[in-house]
Formats: sequence, structure tokens, C-alpha cells
Amino acid sequence: MKRILVGIKRVVDYNVRIRVKPDNTGVVTDGVKMSVNPFDEIALEEALRIKERGGAEEVVVATVGPAECQQQLRTALAMGADRALHVVADGIVEPLVAARALLKLVEREQPLLVLLGKQAIDDDNGQTGQMLAAMWNRPQATYASKLEVTDTTARVTREVDAGLETLDIDLPAVVTTDLRLNEPRYVKLPDIMKAKKKPLDTLSLAELGVEPRQQLKLVRFEAPPQRQKGIRVKDAAELVEALKKKGLL
Amino acid sequence: MSTQILIVAEHDGKTLNLSTAKCVTCARGLAEAQVTVAVFAASAAAVAEQAAKLTGVNRVLTIENPANEHALAAVLAPQVAALAAPFGLLLGPSTTFGKDLMARVAGLLDAPQLSDISAIESATRFRRPIFAGNAILTVDTTGVAKLVGTVRTASFEAAGAGGPAPIEKAAVEVALPTHTRFVSVSAAKNDRPDLQTAARVISGGRALGSADGFKILYSLADKLKAAVGASRAAVDAGYAPNEMQVGQTGKIIAPELYVAIGISGAIQHLTGIKDARTIVAINKDGEAPIFEVADIGLVGDLFQVVPEIERLIS
Ligand SMILES: Cc1cc2nc3c(=O)[nH]c(=O)nc-3n(C[C@H](O)[C@H](O)[C@H](O)COP(=O)(O)OP(=O)(O)OC[C@H]3O[C@@H](n4cnc5c(N)ncnc54)[C@H](O)[C@@H]3O)c2cc1C
Ligand SMILES: Nc1ncnc2c1ncn2[C@@H]1O[C@H](COP(=O)(O)O)[C@@H](O)[C@H]1O
Repeated sequence: MKRILVGIKRVVDYNVRIRVKPDNTGVVTDGVKMSVNPFDEIALEEALRIKERGGAEEVVVATVGPAECQQQLRTALAMGADRALHVVADGIVEPLVAARALLKLVEREQPLLVLLGKQAIDDDNGQTGQMLAAMWNRPQATYASKLEVTDTTARVTREVDAGLETLDIDLPAVVTTDLRLNEPRYVKLPDIMKAKKKPLDTLSLAELGVEPRQQLKLVRFEAPPQRQKGIRVKDAAELVEALKKKGLL
Repeated sequence: MSTQILIVAEHDGKTLNLSTAKCVTCARGLAEAQVTVAVFAASAAAVAEQAAKLTGVNRVLTIENPANEHALAAVLAPQVAALAAPFGLLLGPSTTFGKDLMARVAGLLDAPQLSDISAIESATRFRRPIFAGNAILTVDTTGVAKLVGTVRTASFEAAGAGGPAPIEKAAVEVALPTHTRFVSVSAAKNDRPDLQTAARVISGGRALGSADGFKILYSLADKLKAAVGASRAAVDAGYAPNEMQVGQTGKIIAPELYVAIGISGAIQHLTGIKDARTIVAINKDGEAPIFEVADIGLVGDLFQVVPEIERLIS
């Protein structure tokens, strides 16, 4: 079956103002809204569109993380994914572990395409897709803003520093999404009800033969340095004066 | 961890990107660092010579192969991995080139990666921003034999001229994949300074209203010899091309002067400009969050203010 696997990560919602805990052990997450990583919503939207165009028959979403992640998998099912896989992992899941677990799912599911976000907006790592592609020994196209899939290849437009780069890649492959790839659909209430009946399978890292290694120790979280309060000027002439005074003009 | 550091050079076939000189400065933050720069190219001589001249570089390796003409991560990563044995730390810049490549290298080596390194505190302690720069994390890598990293270029000065360091040819015997093929790259050429390295940047937001509206910024930028940037909203609306986007998912920059015009100052945008020396904001809404970070703020209509500034400095 032609299948697309989509990675879903649970993260602090992008609208939340992040605060570092007073004891510097992390950021405040108690009572904070959690969501699907925005780039993963875009990945899922793209997978659904490919399926709706007839380019795939099934969209499977997967997450590696603690029990609460099932909320985000349910959201993904409500958006339109056909089924969900939850690899239970407690504590910090480093990208190497996430990629290794996703690789095991890839071996089971044999997808034509794996769509991930270009980065998770909590750790801002931007690593998992490339690591998975490396371990799988398959092509990667990161930062996709356009994706055209045929039977055996895909043409991907990538947002790079210089502008837009186009690559042709053989399938199966890993593609990571940038913001302009699409605009995700809204979830409708009846779909949330329907999603409750869709299959959600739970697996463990041990079952998949993946070791939950944590190699990087998170020593200290700090708030970034604050900028000094600035001045207000009343018009263009005052602005130009102020810039001259600072030696900037 | 060995203090031998490998830096993968970013270049366009002719010119070494300034991001590489910033990686060198970052690497030099490690005591007793021995810095090797690797230049992967179809023909590497010109770029290798520029790399060899950077202060702090001990050695330059060139890996020439027609397949290296375009920087494809799938093609470069196995070659970087083949060279990796003696190195404790492998670095690339946190640009789309480095981010795409280094994590693939890390995957091949089964080595952990630190993205966006903003400071090296010791051989095993590094700092990096997370949550769009809203927290700074200190990471300890004790016990890690080989580490991969990308360097947040806005956090480091470029290494200056010194050397020259010796240049050696390196042969790597690895099979290169053909499953990834370069088709094209489109970039609008202009004569303005490069956004990522410009001393002055003028950025426009949704308020500019159209691609035509951006013309008043280009005109002012040319007077100031400034680069032009844009908010995501302006790029999404098609007023400016994607390579101009500044912010969490665009470019992270640290100019002397940043002028935000008709930009509200969403956290994702501010992430990209936190290290600017002086921030100027022009916005008609005095309550816009951009004013919380601006050194100089002007509440006013940009369509009136911007042409006036241009007149005053002409
Ligand atoms: C995951 C994620 C990543 C993102 N990454 C980025 C990123 O990298 N970069 C980025 O910029 N955004 C990013 N965003 C988007 C960000 O949240 C904001 O939506 C965006 O920055 C808003 O752009 P803006 O300030 O141009 O538009 P608006 O928020 O609409 O602000 C327009 C401003 O113009 C002012 N204005 C209107 N008319 C005038 C006038 N005539 N004269 C003067 N002022 C005027 C208004 O008062 C307002 O403050 C991201 C969002 C998400 C979810
Ligand atoms: N624990 C995880 N479970 C599922 N997908 C993940 C996980 N971690 C990362 N990903 C995917 O990889 C992308 C990049 O994540 P990161 O490398 O952490 O920035 C995310 O947008 C997800 O699509």
C-alpha cells in the first residue's frame, strides 16, 4: 500500500510566552497549552493533500514520547490521518533516539514518503529528519516549500539561504517541511468525534529494539539577556538626529 | 573528546562564505583546539586558499569531486563521515547549508548534535538558544566521544586574516548516492549587501501592503548601503522573496543597525534580531511589541516617515 508516515511532536504552543523556571531546571510547562508542532501540522496537511490527489492510500502519524502525546495524535487523526502509532518514551527523547525509533516504524510500515517538520519549536534542533534519512540511507529534502510526488520520484523546492533550490529525489525519501508549503486545515468538531474511533497503536522503545539513550545533559536554563529600554522620538528629523548621535549615520 | 575540530566550509564554488570564518572563531573557543577546514568542491583551490588565510586555521583539506559541485547533503555527508575518525568535534554553520548537512553526518556517525551553538564554555560545556531564543540552555557533553555541532553565526565575529595554513588534498573512498539530484537554484540578484552579514538592515512587514510598497525601503536601503529584510507576513503575502525573511524560521542576523518598519514584533521575528546592536522601530501603533526591544522608537505612518528620512539624509 502507498503510505505516508508523518512525525508528530507535542510541543508548547507557539503562542505561549516562554518563561524559564526560577530554579533554572527548565521552562514552565504547568498549565501551559500544548500543541502539535506547527511544522508537523504542515507535514500532515501535505500528506493529506497528496492522498486526496490519489498519490497515496494511507496516512499514518507517529510520535515518540510520554502518554500525554496521545492528545496530539488524536488531533492529527481528527485532521484526517488514518491511523496513529505511539512509541512510548519517558523523559527527554534526543533526536538520535527519535530518528532510530522512526526508522523502526519505517521498516515496519514501508512508507513511500516520510514527512517531518524542519524543526521542533521547543528544542529548535532541526535534526531528526536528516538523521532518519542518514540511518535509512535514503534521500532527504529539507525545508520544502513545494512538493510534487510522482510514482517513484519527487521534485522538491527548498527554502535555502540563497533563495529557492529544486531537487529531484528518488522515493522512498524523507522530506521536512517549511512554513510556506501549505496552510493546514482546521479541525472540525465532528472530526474530533470520528477520530476517537480511529486506530491508535501503542508500542514501546524496547519492543522496537531502540535504546533510550540520553547523551546530552541539560545543565541549566536561563532567560535571555533583556535589552535596555529605549527612547521615543517624535518625528523623522529627531530619528535622524538620534542615529547621528549614535554614530550610525 | 579529542580537541581536533573539523569545520565543513560553506562556499559557492568561488568564494568562502563568511559563516565559515565564524565557525573558526567558535572552534577557537575550545582550549587547545586544532582546527581543520574541509573544502568539498568540484575544484577547491580558490576557496581553500581563502580558508587557509583565516586566523586560527591549522590545516585545510580539499576533497575534489565533480559530484561536489552542488552542496547536496546526501552526497557530502558520507564524505564528511569518512574523514571524521580523528576529530572530536565536527562543525558547520547554522545556515541552511550547515543545518541540512551536519545532522545527516551525525546520523551516519550515530553521534549526537548540538544545533545553534552560541558559546563554548569548556571542552564539554556549550550554550545554545532554544524556544526561539526565549531560553538559553547550557549542555554538558561529558562522555560523548564524538560531537557534531552547528554554529549560530550571529553569536561570533568572523576570524580575520592570518596564516596561511597548509592545504592538503584528501582522498575519500566512499560510494556516493545518485538518488538525490540538483535541478536548479533561483535567487534574485541585487547589488545590496548580503542580509546575513550586512552592517545595516532595513526590514519591512505586512504594513508595506505590496511588493510595490517595498520600493520605498529599497530606495532608503540604497542610500544607507543597507540590506533589506522582511517579516514572515510580508514574505507570505508575496511582497518580498523568501530569502529576505528574518526570524526564527528565516535568517538570524546581528547587524549594527536594524530598522523594523511596519513590523509588529512577534517573538518569532524578534528571535532573528536579538543580537542587533541598535534596533529602530517605526510603527503607527505605539503599543506594538517591537517597541519593547527598540532602542529608538518612532510612532508614525511609515509611508510618510520613510520618504522623509530619505530626504533628510540625502
Ligand atoms: C512556527 C512559526 C514560525 C515563524 N517564524 C517567523 C519568522 O521567522 N519571521 C517572522 O517575521 N515571523 C515569523 N512567524 C510569524 C509571526 O508570528 C508574525 O505573524 C509575523 O512576524 C508578523 O509579521 P508583521 O509584523 O509584518 O505583520 P503584523 O503582525 O500584521 O504587523 C504589522 C504591523 O504594521 C503596523 N502598521 C500598519 N500600517 C502601518 C503604517 N502605515 N505605518 C507604520 N506601521 C504600520 C501595525 O501597527 C502592525 O504592528 C512565525 C510564526 C510561526 C507560527
Ligand atoms: N519525539 C518525536 N516524535 C515524533 N516525531 C518527532 C519527534 N521528535 C522530532 N520529530 C519530528 O522531527 C521534526 C524535527 O524535530 P527536531 O529535530 O527535534 O527539531 C519534528 O518536526 C517532527 O516531525
